[in-house]
Amino acid sequence: MREFGYERAFDVSGAVALLGADPDARFLGGGTNLLDLMKAGVERPALLIDVRELPLDGVELTDDGGLRIGATVTNSDLAAHPEVRRRYPALAQAVLAGASGQLRNMATVGGNLLQRTRCGYFTDLSKPCNKRAPGSGCPALTGEHHNHAILGTSEHCVATHPSDMAVALAAFDAVISYETADRPGELPIDEFYLPVGETPHIETALPAGALITGVTLPQAPVAIHSRYRKVRERASYAFAIGSIAAALDVQDDVVREVRLAYGAVASRPWRARAAEQVLIGSPASAEAFAAAADAELAAAEALPENGYKVTLMHNLVVAVLTALTEEAAR
Amino acid sequence: MAPSTSSAITLNINGEKYTLPVDHRTTLLDALREQLDLTGTKKGCDQGQCGACTVLLDGRRAVSCLQLAVAAEGRAITTIEGVADGERLHPVQQAFLDLDGYQCGYCTPGQICSALAVIEEHAAGWPSAVTDDVRPDAGVPALTAEEIRERMSGNLCRCGAYVSIVQAVAQAAEAAGAEVKEAAL
Repeated sequence: MREFGYERAFDVSGAVALLGADPDARFLGGGTNLLDLMKAGVERPALLIDVRELPLDGVELTDDGGLRIGATVTNSDLAAHPEVRRRYPALAQAVLAGASGQLRNMATVGGNLLQRTRCGYFTDLSKPCNKRAPGSGCPALTGEHHNHAILGTSEHCVATHPSDMAVALAAFDAVISYETADRPGELPIDEFYLPVGETPHIETALPAGALITGVTLPQAPVAIHSRYRKVRERASYAFAIGSIAAALDVQDDVVREVRLAYGAVASRPWRARAAEQVLIGSPASAEAFAAAADAELAAAEALPENGYKVTLMHNLVVAVLTALTEEAAR
Repeated sequence: MAPSTSSAITLNINGEKYTLPVDHRTTLLDALREQLDLTGTKKGCDQGQCGACTVLLDGRRAVSCLQLAVAAEGRAITTIEGVADGERLHPVQQAFLDLDGYQCGYCTPGQICSALAVIEEHAAGWPSAVTDDVRPDAGVPALTAEEIRERMSGNLCRCGAYVSIVQAVAQAAEAAGAEVKEAAL
């Protein structure tokens, strides 16, 4: 590991100023991903700016009945918060589905949004990787890719985004706030994560030198009936091979509102707007849920070893929407 | 000017203050074991995946292999050496002993630190990934074997002593006042 300096920041402007002064500096939150990548040699910062003690650790109701979540709130505190559990249960479930109790105590919301893919080629310095070394190639296309993306991929990268939390945030139209040396800014989560295209190494639209300060969830009554379901290769403590955050409002057996976002199928949390459009106004039936799932998955491009994800996601959509319909009927 | 890559820090461990020089690359795990001779905390994977190095930071469990020592300054650190009350074992330690919650013992300090926190988290009303209804009105779930296994899933045991570990956690939790059900699975 490269030697590095360490500074602890106590206010946002101080943290941003420190980052601006050193192009090789990185913010340190919980460190659960960054330190791992530093040990692997993927990240080689010259300076770590510890932002864990910034006054950004609150979860508050907004005036319109949404939630404002500070960037240094830990995963544990987010998932345990009564208003998160009451108003956006799928978000609490998504956070609880990720990592372990130890890691959730350390990890922060800001870091969770910016965590890197767990594609094995990305962390293996002996292999090419367009995300780590732009233009070097993507061995996953012809190699180990059974857990790689099927939606929104490019010939340059098929890695998936690993966050569970971000999938629920995508379903609920989260807005990410940040601060730069010049001014504060905001990005809706749809614009925050960039398509892969020819630049898999550029993952977000966050301006250079910016610090994420928080996430705002708009009011969403539909979220009260929401679920996160995650499929993985063992019962617990593993990254998803497919996941879904879903919210559903059914009245008189007709779908009034629906939110669907998928995890572990794309380079970013995947909001399933095509499926949502099919569902609005349609009967809340297994047939309609299947048709909606197919509408989204029509664009899927599977590789030889990950075609099972198309079936998996189809079945997840039908199962979770069916469960939410039954829950609403109770 | 290049920033300094080392610092003299003071760590608060088990209620005692330790002042030591650290290269910033030093993890809390390595500072404990290699510099402070507190070798109860074990190094397993060194990648945050096995839980052998679990300690408590400000009362909450964390993996010390992904925690920089320099960033732990100012926090209350509890290691396995600080869990017992003198010669008297903590009830969680006693439960692991009574119920054979280990075989080789290497993962045990991490298992015990994690179990201490699991009991606290449950008492605080935290749901888990297997809690069917996470909404606060649904109340706190009873600690079933399924709940304990999920909550302890960040601690691996290569000997496979899980059956006894689950029972030890259940016994200690029940003694601490938790509602425990169907824990003998």
